[in-house]
Amino acid sequence: MFEYFNPYRIFKINSNLQKIVFFCFILVLSIGLIEALFLSPEDYLQKDSVRIMYVHVPAAWISLGIFSLIALLSVSIFLFKNKNLILISKSLAPSGMLFTLIALVTGSIWGKPTWGTWWAWDARITSMLILLILYILYLLTFRIFENEDKSNKISSIIAIFGAINIPIIKFSVDWWNTLHQPASINLTEKSAIHSSMLTPLMIMTAAFALFSFLIFLMKYNTELIKVKNKGLKRL
Amino acid sequence: MISDLISMNGYGAYVWTAFAFTLIGFSCLYFIIKVQLKKEQKRFEENFSMLTEEKYNVASNQDIYKEILKDLNAKI
Repeated sequence: MFEYFNPYRIFKINSNLQKIVFFCFILVLSIGLIEALFLSPEDYLQKDSVRIMYVHVPAAWISLGIFSLIALLSVSIFLFKNKNLILISKSLAPSGMLFTLIALVTGSIWGKPTWGTWWAWDARITSMLILLILYILYLLTFRIFENEDKSNKISSIIAIFGAINIPIIKFSVDWWNTLHQPASINLTEKSAIHSSMLTPLMIMTAAFALFSFLIFLMKYNTELIKVKNKGLKRL
Repeated sequence: MISDLISMNGYGAYVWTAFAFTLIGFSCLYFIIKVQLKKEQKRFEENFSMLTEEKYNVASNQDIYKEILKDLNAKI
């Protein structure tokens, strides 16, 4: 199975893929922006401020998805001791951190016209802030600890324990009384959002996913070359 | 009509700021990673060119080094 995670194989595919992913990202983002800003209807209650949803929600979804993936990879790192999995999870983290920051900032901007406040210490917002701190700690461990084994172990522990925060973020709106509304989109039930709003939301989600994939490809190449640079000295 | 698009019924400042923050964030991260990649590629080129003939031959026969050099448009 780990043959698929061979650095040489990933690097070879990666180099050819970056331009295609970049082109697709620009294309999908352009369509998404036109849909989100100009073509989608305004909400009957929130009026045009609802358009912030098209950046806020995809950013939150992807930041949660990336952290879940990092946590899963971290468990695999402990089980299989595969160093390439560390490179993969380390390369996923920067875009995850950016998306968490975007979710928090755009949420704050959306909160002002909707709730009348920039910030509230409610369960969803606070748990998202904790996620941002976890991302920062995860990335900092690679800078703070010079010993590679130590930094790999500590970052994996942060990701595994930080994964407890994921269901808290997801179900915070059900478990506690928060300013956030309950989930409008459910995989098992019919969506509460009209298709005229759901379509731009999905297009923007696709654009954000493509961006995080692009950043992952570039960061993976950077990290792999860094490792091979050290390898040259040891030859 | 353009002023309607910009003002968005009074919510324009919030909507445009949120979208601008997102796009600026994207651009910043993209360029930071791009600069890091270029820096590592340059360092790799320098280190590779300083190898002794024996080490150069060993490295040149490894697939991953070949691929990195190919990516840098360098000849082995």
